[in-house]
Formats: sequence, C-alpha cells, structure tokens
Amino acid sequence: MLVAVAVFPGTNCEIDTKYAFEKLGQDVVLVFHKEEKLPVGTDLVILPGGFSYGDYLRSAAIAKFSPIMKAVIDFANQGGKVLGICNGFQMLVEARLLPGAMKRNENVHFISQFHHLKVINNDNTFLNKCSIGELLNIPIAHGEGSFYIDDSELNELYANHQVLLTYTDEKGDVNNPNGSVDSIAGICNKAKNVFGLMPHPERAIEKILGSDDGVKMLEGFLN
Amino acid sequence: MKVIVNIQLKNGVLDPQGKAVHHALTSLKFNEVNDVRIGKQIILDIAESDKKSAKQRVQVMCEELLANTVIEEYTIEFPAC
Repeated sequence: MLVAVAVFPGTNCEIDTKYAFEKLGQDVVLVFHKEEKLPVGTDLVILPGGFSYGDYLRSAAIAKFSPIMKAVIDFANQGGKVLGICNGFQMLVEARLLPGAMKRNENVHFISQFHHLKVINNDNTFLNKCSIGELLNIPIAHGEGSFYIDDSELNELYANHQVLLTYTDEKGDVNNPNGSVDSIAGICNKAKNVFGLMPHPERAIEKILGSDDGVKMLEGFLN
Repeated sequence: MKVIVNIQLKNGVLDPQGKAVHHALTSLKFNEVNDVRIGKQIILDIAESDKKSAKQRVQVMCEELLANTVIEEYTIEFPAC
C-alpha cells in the first residue's frame, strides 16, 4: 500500500506517521504542500498533526487552500481514503470534507496527555479491526479540539454511523477533555472514505512508550 | 479604503475565552459584567473606491477564508477617516 503523508509549513507529526506506517510494512511518501498532485498509485492520504501555517486565523484555515489540498479534495471526492489526525482533522472540517467545526478547548488550555477512547462504530475501513465499545488508550495533544456540530447534523452523524470515537475514562464512562459535542473524538463522512480524529494513533504504536492501541486503528487501512 | 471585519462566535456557541475573561473580571470585583464575548478584528486596506463593491468582495473573503461560518458570524464596517 502506498501512503502519502502531506507536509505543510508547521506540520510536526509527519515523521511519526511515516514511522508508524513503515512499521506496518507500508510504503510511505512525504508530499510537500506545494505539490499539485499526489504520487501515482496513492492508496491512502494522511493529513498529519501539527500547526500548519502557525494555525494563524484559525487552526487549518489557511492549509485548506494549499495546492496539495486541491489534489486531496479531488482524491477524497473520487472515493480515495483520507485520514486526518489532529491538525489534519481540523483541515478536513475547514475544507468541509467532514461536517462541523473546531473550537478552542473549553478550559482554554492546550491538553497533552494519554486519554481513553471508546469505539462507537466499526463498520468502516478505519476501525474494522476494533470492536464496538472497545476502549483504546491514545495520546491527545491539542488546543483547538472542541468539536462543534449543530443538532440536525449531529443526528445525521448518528443515523449514518459516522461517529467513530468518543472520549471516556479508563472504565468507559464519558470523560470529555475539551468540551466536544457528545464527547466526540473522531468522525467520518457519509461515504466512509474520509476519517478525522483529534487523538494521535501514530503516537501509540509501541507498548514501551505507553500504548500500542494505535496499531489496530492504523491496520484497518491495510486490507 | 480601510475596511474592518469583526468576527465572533455565533450566539449559542459557547465562547470559552470569553467565559475565562468574565471569570477573571468577576474575581477583580467587576461584578457589573454580565457576559463577555471575545472575537477578532481584521483591518483590510483595499484598493477600491466604491464601498458597495468593496463590501461585496470582503463578503466573499469572509465566506471563503476569514470566518468559519459554521460557528462564526461577521460584520463589515467602513471606518470614518
């Protein structure tokens, strides 16, 4: 599988993401934001974490107009698989490939810690290796990760099984770190080829570093 | 021509920064403050002399980039200078 990881000025998770997919035996190419095309044969595009363009104006507001993003949007609209992690999730909502918007964390702090997530739906590529209700321990690191969506779009998300992950404690009870609507940590689009989450599965791939729960998430794409 | 764009969170969308500042003002005994909302102001200098067409252009800028209309609303003003 060929994984293309987009790199913007201010991106800082591209090497971790590349390392994670290479550990899973995949070919990974870093693609600079000025490129207008994705590599031929790209199977999966990752929009990694970081602070693209300094997060000026709003997180990911400027990244969505990068040359590479036009190619990513075309790729997604043709059914190509795209995963946005953290700043990448913010790019996907800014580009309207995913519904909703990101706000400043409710407690106005940048939060960087391990956090438990509960799998809500697994009938999709990303989480097909996980079971419903399964708890995953994955790091979060963001200042603007409070997911906002209005009620009617939220109902649609639930009806179409687009809610992927929610924030919980280690027992699986709701534990909302940032004020996200319904404690939502990750969603996908209706066609289930565009995925976004604030937590960082690529930072949870070695037990010795705290958790390897991210492996089975990323492995979902290998089928 | 100078154009001022004010952007703030829509009514009903919780403003955590405003809440924090309100809390700080209350702890400084400014008890008359009922609510605080924080927004941002963008000042543009535009090569355009017609207000109407300037406003139309700035509106497009707001919709495309300056505001995220899912959660934010904006106003466009022309300062007297």
